[in-house]
Amino acid sequence: MCCVPPEAADYSALGDAIVARVSDFMRTLRANAFAVGLKEGEDAARIATTPLAQRPTTFRAALKAVACARRSDWQKFDDIFDAFWLGRGMRRIVPFKSNAESAKPAERRPHTGAESEQRPAPSLGDQVSGEGADSADNTNPLARMEGASRAERLAETDFRKIHDPEAIAEAHALAARLARTMRTRRERRERARLKGRRLDLRRTIRRNISHGGVPIELMWRKKKRKPLRLVILLDASGSMSLYTSVFVRFIHGVLDNFREAEAFLFHTRLVHVSSAMREKDAGRALERLSLLAQGVGGGTRIGESLATFNRWHARSVIHSRTCVMIISDGYDTGPPEQMAAEMRQLALRCRRIVWLNPMIGWDGYSPKARGMQVALPHIDLFAPAHNLKSLAALEPYLARL
Amino acid sequence: MALTREQIAERLASVGYIADRELPVVLHLMDMLGRPLMLEGEAGVGKTEVAKALAAVHDTALIRLQCYEGLDQSTALYEWNYQRQLLAIRARESEHADPRAVEQDIFSERFLLERPLLAAIRRNDKPVLLIDEIDRADEEFEAFLLELLSDFQVSIPELGTIKAESIPRVILTSNGTRELSDALRRRCLYHYVDFPDVERETRIILARVPGISTSLALQIARMVEGVRKEELRKVPGVAETLDWAAALVGLDIANLHDDPEAVHETLRCLLKTKEDRARLTPEVSARLLGKVA
Repeated sequence: MCCVPPEAADYSALGDAIVARVSDFMRTLRANAFAVGLKEGEDAARIATTPLAQRPTTFRAALKAVACARRSDWQKFDDIFDAFWLGRGMRRIVPFKSNAESAKPAERRPHTGAESEQRPAPSLGDQVSGEGADSADNTNPLARMEGASRAERLAETDFRKIHDPEAIAEAHALAARLARTMRTRRERRERARLKGRRLDLRRTIRRNISHGGVPIELMWRKKKRKPLRLVILLDASGSMSLYTSVFVRFIHGVLDNFREAEAFLFHTRLVHVSSAMREKDAGRALERLSLLAQGVGGGTRIGESLATFNRWHARSVIHSRTCVMIISDGYDTGPPEQMAAEMRQLALRCRRIVWLNPMIGWDGYSPKARGMQVALPHIDLFAPAHNLKSLAALEPYLARL
Repeated sequence: MALTREQIAERLASVGYIADRELPVVLHLMDMLGRPLMLEGEAGVGKTEVAKALAAVHDTALIRLQCYEGLDQSTALYEWNYQRQLLAIRARESEHADPRAVEQDIFSERFLLERPLLAAIRRNDKPVLLIDEIDRADEEFEAFLLELLSDFQVSIPELGTIKAESIPRVILTSNGTRELSDALRRRCLYHYVDFPDVERETRIILARVPGISTSLALQIARMVEGVRKEELRKVPGVAETLDWAAALVGLDIANLHDDPEAVHETLRCLLKTKEDRARLTPEVSARLLGKVA
């Protein structure tokens, strides 16, 4: 319709056809993980009847503003639009059809991972489950660059064996205890209290109207408290494989119990796993995780993963009251200079870094790994942890952070 | 009267804002659909400028609310002037005035301190309301804003409900320091402001820096594009480009190739962190300069 601009007189006749085609487009967008609802559909239909729809460039710009809600949408939109309306690019996107043969029941495209379809040639290590698309998308440009690494093991690590109800319950209980004990901080926002630091004039006046405006009962303002946010970076490389299962359970518990928490997994690259792990059902969460974490069990590039974190995620997940918990053995295959630089960056952003190292529990271990050596100066708490029990023993220390 | 896309593009240019191709369409849609516009983009790409330009295009006032952590209703919407109220109560007391009348009086317009959001609602000339860096405010404020943006009315218990005289044109900007709620995102139109391409940046320099030649502006734009592709921690924005252009004009440099040393020295002014400065060695700037015709 936008390729063949209709005559003005045809507008009313074309009205229904346009609306049907626009709603097909909206469904195509939805299949591509856009959050478009009725409101957006209405607006799009309205746009379709204005002069904006007569030229592909303006029509595209208008629909783009309506349908997109974030940058990742913004970047995908043009390709989808061109494929649907102009029939070029994106070989594999199949738009919904209906209007012409509307007597037939709407034909549904077999639901394949829409996300991977758009990429010209997804590399093997780059598969993402449809629902987790949003969070994983952020890491992808970099992930793809690093995808063809030497050490990446493409075999899928089976997280499902972790699905032991008792152990999961234990992990959750521990995380819940931690969430309770970790101190909250006073923030700048204030709320009214009976006792406090500053006089709350507004409430004092309201309260004393019955005394004829003589302030007898005073109201005060007090600082509100802000919960601690926990960001966990879990090393899932080969050398850590013995412990991964324990900590994955712990992370699931943390995301469930902390009001604010984020989790990342890293090995040769960094994956944001919060959305997958927030799944209430532990089984499903782990299934999604194993999809996300392809390549787990290869070598570690802590420095590079930290760089990815600092560059792409740190800004949105770290705030003034954030504790970063790195769980790793510190065996880094990358250059130690990079590791040192990235640790310094991270330390600048957040005041508390906890490094849990399962190896400390071993007899005669000293942090000799080069990666560990350069990281040490930036760490606030360096402690052993190889199972849930040792984590529980750490509780008082973690609570003091 | 709603302006057409062409009129908006024309007026944007006449007020000195060089827009990308899609922005006029989006600004036109804002009026057509009556929805707020959310602008995202790196720091320094000119998000705030869009709001200023929009106010100039429609010839209305720009009301700005700068968000920060801890921003609350009394600084964003309205507050009673308690000190004056107390004084007024005391003054009336000695006159033995009727308490009802006193109460009526102290909760009247005279004692109301208008904050940006209320001011925007009460104007009748469709002002542009710029809510800057919404990601810095906390979730509670975001929820409150959502309510305001859907009804455009505010209820003040003592005065009653105040309905918007005219729906303001709302622009929200975000730098992405915090993930915004889906509800707020979906309420808004969305536009991602990217760094301008060479051609647009050249036009921006020409429009903003007086007395600069087209060839120098083009060279500067190409050079800055090169700098942005380097691995830097803080990518220079349009404002930095303009500063640099002004500096070069001030130094009487007409061609970047004439004085590579001065170019290197001034170029470093674009960079705001120590690491970035260390990274931009004379060799790097010579290489970048080599690519600029």
